[in-house]
Amino acid sequence: MKTPVYISHPGLVTPLGLGVQQNFTEITNGNIAIQKHSRTDIAKEPFYAAMVSEAAINEAFKSHGAISEYTKLEKMMLLSALETLDNSEVKISDKTLLIVATTKGNIDVLDKDSAFNSERAYLPNLAKTLGDFLGVTATPVVISNACVSGILAVAVAKRLISSGGYDNALILSGDLVSRFTLSGFQSFQAISDLPCKPYSKYRNGITLGEAASSVFVSTIKPTQFAVQVLGDGSCNDANHISGPSRTGEGLFKSVQDAMKEAKIDAHEVDFISAHGTATIYNDEMEAIAFNRAALHGSLLHSLKGIFGHTLGASGLLETVIALEMMKQELILPSTGFDTLGVSKPLAIVETIKHQPINILLKTASGFGGCNTAVVFKKVS
Amino acid sequence: MRNGALFAEIDAANFEGFLKQLYVMLDCKYPKFFKMDTLSKLAFMGAELLLSEISENSSEHKRTALVFSNRSSSLETDRKHQEAISSHGEQYPSPAVFVYTLPNIGVGEVAIRHKLQTENAFFVFETFEPEFLQKYTVSLLNENKCDQVLCGWVEVDGNERHGFFYVVGRNGKWKHSAATIKNFFEHD
Repeated sequence: MKTPVYISHPGLVTPLGLGVQQNFTEITNGNIAIQKHSRTDIAKEPFYAAMVSEAAINEAFKSHGAISEYTKLEKMMLLSALETLDNSEVKISDKTLLIVATTKGNIDVLDKDSAFNSERAYLPNLAKTLGDFLGVTATPVVISNACVSGILAVAVAKRLISSGGYDNALILSGDLVSRFTLSGFQSFQAISDLPCKPYSKYRNGITLGEAASSVFVSTIKPTQFAVQVLGDGSCNDANHISGPSRTGEGLFKSVQDAMKEAKIDAHEVDFISAHGTATIYNDEMEAIAFNRAALHGSLLHSLKGIFGHTLGASGLLETVIALEMMKQELILPSTGFDTLGVSKPLAIVETIKHQPINILLKTASGFGGCNTAVVFKKVS
Repeated sequence: MRNGALFAEIDAANFEGFLKQLYVMLDCKYPKFFKMDTLSKLAFMGAELLLSEISENSSEHKRTALVFSNRSSSLETDRKHQEAISSHGEQYPSPAVFVYTLPNIGVGEVAIRHKLQTENAFFVFETFEPEFLQKYTVSLLNENKCDQVLCGWVEVDGNERHGFFYVVGRNGKWKHSAATIKNFFEHD
């Protein structure tokens, strides 16, 4: 019998505000984080993105530390961590694993105009800065596995804790919108000219976003509201480094592995918090994979139409929102969706629904052919 | 070095040249190799050296998980992309460079080459972490996520180039402990 592992104490920093509650209220009021920005330090032309106000971050951070000593990303990740640690039933010990999940970390410091030393771009330096601030003594681990990083961190934490390697794991994930990432995705012609429209007929690419989120994963069952991490899978497509498999192979296998470990059938999945980047190929691949897994009847959304694609942070950010949906028994719509634009049926949520979620499936896919699926279950 | 013995002695002007000679020596016949960045080439050659020893039709081979790590992520290629976007119109960012600004792309290259639709993860540490890697590898095997694990340390940054690879299975010559891994890492 494996030790049950729980996910708890979410923290969140997005353009919609600080804290899970603030974000949830903004979303239920119909607000989105994506806006048009004119930032010549990032791109010559105005662009749509979901960007956090640095002034708001500094205002919130100044009572915790010197605002000029930490990068914007570090401050975002620390503010999220502080929400997780606040009143947490899980305590940091010398058997706490600190996992930092990010795609590009402080990549903006490579810019010659950055006020920070380019050494800050090394991901272990980011992890050490966060660990030192939070008083975590064990050596931190960074997961940098493209756009599955944030949700893969949950799977990695669960595996290590259930096999007895650690007592608990504090997961911090975050990524920024930068000239580095925007210019790169533009070179791929992957950026949408309007706020992105996941699964829609006229979708034409991603909108970038930035966010930080955090959770505890541990063997301690929270007293108020408990969600167990039941199963996971993280399989490669073995097909292409920058495009998804046309048959959804890796995502299908990841979902199968996660459901098998969780000992659940497809019809038991109440809700899928999907990846839905709004590129032509990704969304089509997901529709194929979910249909192969007989999950086309499960309600589904993508939050990219609200927060944009926050790269390595997206998996954990979207999990945190889904946990709050489980708690409030309320399902948020797939913002930006209009007419179905994939070849297989999907039960996309178009308006807020008041109904419980007992079993949640979270998925993500990314460059390098990676995919991750995690099954969660409400147990109280 | 392979399995504790000198596998080949290659005299090359640079690391790229070394990897190319290894490619020729192993008769890889995989032209996509030449499009890869150095980090991916290193991951690719490590997998060539070790997975070629295991029958492609065995369940161990088909269920090989990939657990790679390093210190500098993809920073070497990140700097190339940064240079292209900083040069004010003289150079344009290239998708062929940008795609390699992720450390797990090399893992994807290995997965494609060996048809491994399997578990994979990329970790970044300040220094090589045998204890963590040992624990994570054991958890993958115990949870039956795979039948064997190819672990790789692939560091490419400035003058530092270091590849270290090993396979962990349910049976084998050496006990899979942090001390054994550390010993091989330091003496390879």
